Amino acid sequence: MILKELSEAIGISGDEGEVRAVVIDAVRAHADDVRVDAMGNVLAFKRGTGRDRLRVMLAAHMDEIGLMVVGHDNDGFLKVRAVGGIDPRLLPGALFRVGPERVPGVIGLKPVHLLKEEEGEKVLQIEDLVVDIGAKGKDEAKKLAPLGTCASFATQFRQMGPSTVSGKAFDDRAGCAVLVELLRGERFRFDLHAAFTVQEEVGLRGAEVAAYAIEPDCAFALEGTVADDLPKEKDVSPTTQLGKGPAITVMDHSFISDRRLLRLLTSTAEELGIPYQFKQPGIGGTDAGAIHRSRAGVPSVTVAVPSRYIHSPVALLSLEDFDNTVRLMRESLSRLTRRTLKVSE
Amino acid sequence: MRELIRKLTETYGPSGAEEQIRAVIRAEVEPLADEMRVDPLGSLVAHKQGDGKRIMLAAHMDEIGVMVAYVDEKGFARFTNIGGVRTLNCVGGRVAFADGTLGVINVEQKRDNADKVPQMSQLYIDVGATSRADCPVQVGDTAVFVRPFAAQGRRLIAKAMDDRIGCAILIETLRRLKRTRYDAYFVFTVQEEVGLRGARTSAYGIDPDMAIAVDITATGDTPESMHMAVDLGKGPAIKVQDRGMIAHVEVRELLTRRAKEAKIPYQLEVLELGSTDAAAMQLVRAGVPAGCISIPCRHFHSPSEMVDEEDVENCVRLLLEVLQKA
Repeated sequence: MILKELSEAIGISGDEGEVRAVVIDAVRAHADDVRVDAMGNVLAFKRGTGRDRLRVMLAAHMDEIGLMVVGHDNDGFLKVRAVGGIDPRLLPGALFRVGPERVPGVIGLKPVHLLKEEEGEKVLQIEDLVVDIGAKGKDEAKKLAPLGTCASFATQFRQMGPSTVSGKAFDDRAGCAVLVELLRGERFRFDLHAAFTVQEEVGLRGAEVAAYAIEPDCAFALEGTVADDLPKEKDVSPTTQLGKGPAITVMDHSFISDRRLLRLLTSTAEELGIPYQFKQPGIGGTDAGAIHRSRAGVPSVTVAVPSRYIHSPVALLSLEDFDNTVRLMRESLSRLTRRTLKVSE
Repeated sequence: MRELIRKLTETYGPSGAEEQIRAVIRAEVEPLADEMRVDPLGSLVAHKQGDGKRIMLAAHMDEIGVMVAYVDEKGFARFTNIGGVRTLNCVGGRVAFADGTLGVINVEQKRDNADKVPQMSQLYIDVGATSRADCPVQVGDTAVFVRPFAAQGRRLIAKAMDDRIGCAILIETLRRLKRTRYDAYFVFTVQEEVGLRGARTSAYGIDPDMAIAVDITATGDTPESMHMAVDLGKGPAIKVQDRGMIAHVEVRELLTRRAKEAKIPYQLEVLELGSTDAAAMQLVRAGVPAGCISIPCRHFHSPSEMVDEEDVENCVRLLLEVLQKA
């Protein structure tokens, strides 16, 4: 399963090589051209069957959040900082894979026996924590994990019940897996430009240059997004819910979706009875934020697989949502023509 | 011009849903322009041919508003802001959706810190529904403040003066324009209120030699206001700088020179918060000399924004001087 392979590959922002290799391997046979640009984005081109030379960009980011080694102390512990957004409450007790050799590491705390009452109430910040790789002293630590080494959560992909899976980095390996599935299928009428982007988690950086190079007529960002459907005290938005279908973004912090593309997605879903949901507006940001403002502007929309506990050691998603996302995208794209983008007067 | 301002301010058009306001502006501008187009993000570009360098004049047609983020079991809508909406300006007010559906905004009664300014998450829109099933609005639907245009002496009051007054000024300038020494692009931009997005992409498409935004600015003449040396009614304000840009000195000097020559009253503007489309246009491609003419506006981002009619008239005169004078 490509989602398993992608989820277990390690690719902290700026260090996406391992994921890139998985992606290239997965799409090479299904694209007319695959290249890696100056920033490290994988750009896969699949020619369309139509005479209409519409250029459509589909983007999913390869990078994930993680840690970077910023120092070593005399006892061999690693000082680290976050790459991308990490809740420090999730760090103590977590297992890590450090560097390309996947050196095992752990963030530990002193045992409960020694805990003072007031300490138990305090959230430790990343500056207060160290990664322990079992190194004997500074020199050994430096050798095993030099400055700048990235560390990722050490999480195996697992099936949980009949249609739910768990793993790390579903944001955005879920989107990458959807994009791989779309490339593997039949050609579309338009020219498909797939971008597996780098450095989304630190500021949509890869997508910006990918969009500049591709110069698309419209774009779809494919994501793994927040599902906040744990029990709540008040009747308020769950952001998205597992099992309720692909989540379509209307507006987030980075962009406002193009209304024509929204209509294409919702009318396709309704025609075919594919479940879908709108993501709670005003939350987060995606590669579409960088793509839509490229050059003279690119009408864009984001479609995501809902995922619980993203940006943590382990996330959950529904395989039904995943399949419905692939289906909604494939069917919508097969209905996309130049007329879709015509301006209503 | 009052009727035009009334029509523009009373039309619906939050950021990202500018179709209705664009249609209204298009109807006004189409007979006046040599060529019109809607660009990829939805900005309306009216071209008035001239021999000289390319000038881009930008006024944004979007307004601030709200977007439904959740509809609860009883049919009340929770919402998020589109642009700089303040909760103080929402409570007790009405909003209208694209199809005319009205909603009343209120705040939860049981809340902590009830004496503090409420959070947006504590507000809700009541469209009079009885349940989620019969609620006429859904997640993603957008609404704007409802408030009729009014004139009182020289003062004009409406929602969305920011920046329909700029749109009105560009339209009126086009109406009176006889010839232009520049190859002029009058651009009614989208999505200014959420980050100057339309102006940036429009400017990339037009690739201008000079760019001027026409927008509103704050004033320092209300009780206990923040310091600002701009007053309502003392003339259009020629921007020196704001939070997002420093106006190109030559553009600023061109504007002040033309104002002085034609004896048009003006003020200089230093705005400590906020910015305009000029900030985005300035940084497009290899850079564009950019400036801004601002209409002083009290109570901005409230449902009752107030401008002075003579400031508006003087801004039109100033733009005509810039475009027509050799």
